[in-house]
Amino acid sequence: MSEESAVVQKIDAMPKGVSLWDDAWLRLRKNKLAMFGLLFLIVMMLLCLLAPVLTPYGYEEQDLRLGATAPSLTHWLGTDNFGRDMLTRILYGGRVSLLVGFIATSVALLIGVTYGSIAGYAGGKIDGFMMRLVDIIYALPFMIFIVLLMVVFGRNLLLLFLAIGAVEWLVMARIVRGQVQNLRQQEFVEAAISLGLSPSAIIRKHLIPNALGPIIVYTTLTIPNVMLLEAFLSFLGLGIQPPQSSWGLLISYGVESMEEYPWLLIFPGLALTMTLFALNFLGDGLRDALDPKASKD
Amino acid sequence: MPLLETTDLRIHFHTRNGLVKAVDGISFSVMEGKTFAIIGESGSGKSVACYSMLGLVPMPPGKIESGSVKFENQDLLTLSESQLRKIRGKGISIIFQDPMTTLNPFLKIGDQLIEPLRLHFGMSKKEAWQKGIDILTEVGIKNPVQRMKSWPFEFSGGMRQRVVIAMALVTEPKIIIADEPTTALDVTVQAQILKLLKQLQIRRNIGIIFISHDLSVVADIADEIAVMRNGVFVEQGFRDAIFFNPQHDYTKKLLAAVPAKEKNPERRDNSNLIEVDNLSVYFPGNNGEEAVKALDDVSLKIKRHEILGLVGESGSGKSTCGRSIMRLLKLTQGKILFEGQDISHYSMSEMKPLRRQMQMIFQDPYASLNPRMTVYDTLAEPLLLHKIVPRNALDKEVFSLMDSVGLARESILRYPHEFSGGQRQRIAIGRAIATKPSFIVADEPVSALDVTIQAQILDLLLQLVDHFNLTMLFISHDLAVVRYLSDRVLVMKDGKLIEEGEVHQIFTTPKNDYTKTLLDAIPGKSLLGVSQDNSSI
Repeated sequence: MSEESAVVQKIDAMPKGVSLWDDAWLRLRKNKLAMFGLLFLIVMMLLCLLAPVLTPYGYEEQDLRLGATAPSLTHWLGTDNFGRDMLTRILYGGRVSLLVGFIATSVALLIGVTYGSIAGYAGGKIDGFMMRLVDIIYALPFMIFIVLLMVVFGRNLLLLFLAIGAVEWLVMARIVRGQVQNLRQQEFVEAAISLGLSPSAIIRKHLIPNALGPIIVYTTLTIPNVMLLEAFLSFLGLGIQPPQSSWGLLISYGVESMEEYPWLLIFPGLALTMTLFALNFLGDGLRDALDPKASKD
Repeated sequence: MPLLETTDLRIHFHTRNGLVKAVDGISFSVMEGKTFAIIGESGSGKSVACYSMLGLVPMPPGKIESGSVKFENQDLLTLSESQLRKIRGKGISIIFQDPMTTLNPFLKIGDQLIEPLRLHFGMSKKEAWQKGIDILTEVGIKNPVQRMKSWPFEFSGGMRQRVVIAMALVTEPKIIIADEPTTALDVTVQAQILKLLKQLQIRRNIGIIFISHDLSVVADIADEIAVMRNGVFVEQGFRDAIFFNPQHDYTKKLLAAVPAKEKNPERRDNSNLIEVDNLSVYFPGNNGEEAVKALDDVSLKIKRHEILGLVGESGSGKSTCGRSIMRLLKLTQGKILFEGQDISHYSMSEMKPLRRQMQMIFQDPYASLNPRMTVYDTLAEPLLLHKIVPRNALDKEVFSLMDSVGLARESILRYPHEFSGGQRQRIAIGRAIATKPSFIVADEPVSALDVTIQAQILDLLLQLVDHFNLTMLFISHDLAVVRYLSDRVLVMKDGKLIEEGEVHQIFTTPKNDYTKTLLDAIPGKSLLGVSQDNSSI
């Protein structure tokens, strides 16, 4: 309460945890739910990566005599119509799904945040032009865009991921632009200008860190979006092709035979849902950890 | 027989961080036609005390531990929500601080005025409308018949506060709680509103509970005054006793914090550091409206090592002037010379080397610090940017900056929200002096702070000006503060400079009529001696 800070102790050494990120990590570590989410994601990634070592079956290995069987000791999560081991297929499918989630979302983040913050900071005519461009791209049918890309560059998984990201950034750009526009009115931005900071430094150091909350929330919403988008494209024959697989594809096949062989839907569905849950916990934790105000005990 | 009698009121808040005794045993009574003023700084519990009487304090976390509030033979603290609703408005009404947010922007004034009449008295729409017109006339609104159909945004701040007062009066309450009703207003408007309240009180014989953080504001209106701190009345008594014979140290401190003395160290140089020639700044109007002339042909000179006070009410263009000199705005016309260098058309990157020389302190210490940067980050930023010290000496320099603005060294890794307003302003000041500038624009640096804190920050500024040999443009709406700090004063109105002079001359023999009006509007000048004569306490 008292304004007088009379006793100024002579400490000269800097205490630990200097940057916002160091601090955020310290706070994140205290959040049990978020740490559980992070751990779950890491385990899931490791399982998918190590799939060839972990399971005795190949993802394309069929056993037609077996057909679809319920979970058993030899096939823990059962087999599909062609007698392929579901556990193996889910783990291999996870590689695709997690990869698309990661790459496409990163692309969306990178373009969206940069584009949106520049538009929001610049304001005026530049902002108007940049946002109208976003509107135009938004209005273009997304399918045509993807098909065109496939025709020009041939079918390429990485390209597909990038293309999905290149579509998803539009909403991100709008969100970031709105945030930055608000923040730009604040005095601390004027203070930064009068210190002599360059526009890019102001955007990087003062604007984006303060817009992180909504950015993280929207990112956790984007990841399931891109995973499902990949499934949709694959279903149309534009994405990955059988015998390769992804969670989205497994689920869509599972839906077809839901009544006879429910495990074909339940297990890939479970894998996807739990991953998304973990992501949400981690996202919420990150949002709180990055806001110095939210998590003081 | 008092209208309202409060005895031993205690309200405690049970929060996660433990028990907060917001109000801890206060007793007072309000008489017919008299004003009881509660003075306290933010967090002293003055608002909680008053709002709890009307059941407007959320419970939990709040809890009434003891006490009674007698009003019309009832104990307000024991009433149910629906019984209280009848008292609110009809028996006791409240005037809130900010007239901009108190009125619903989507309802016409008339509709808002008649709402309580229809609710509490079951009047017909026609009757209520007529009553609304009468009350608007009474609070001094011109053309009340037409004004009933106006939207809130069509009124100025002062007029809006009149409407808010009309809303409080329309149900003919016995008591009005006025919670800092003039804090958001300009000083001349404040004087009018205080006068209006006094008139209404005499005419209608109502009791007023006046809450304020500023003793001088209540000097003319209060009959009894209680000084509140940490939930208790440290001193309570009649007005003259409080002003002329304060007993408690805190009251003395509050009285002394009203800056009343002149300070005028002869440290000025006669050369000009900054020259502004015929500067105009226009802001484009919306939808083809005329452009707003925020600055209209302003010329001024700032001498080396002086503190130049720039005074004006809101909308006078004083902030625009400061921001233009800092080149934070696009200039429409005119020239700005800094050390003889014409900077009026410099781009952001051309300005960069000059930024080291000129810095700014902003009004709102809550908004002027990046909430995600620690004290260390905030203070190190200018040092790194302008390469003031080598990297290995950075920590040491940050610590020494913290020392010079009076911040405890162990708070180096704290974030802005962990500090009080005054401490935040210290951080902002530290950032401004980090590059060892020669010139600082201080834009209302103390107007968001409590009175006793204001005095500390002003003294810090004076100390730094001396120590670093600074030149300062000090912008404020508060004449007393300007008088305390400045060597020379400029008065602005509607984007134009209207008077210029030495601080002594402006305050003793002002030439311009508007300056005289401004000086007359200083609250409590009769009691505090801040006006034309030179006496000080």
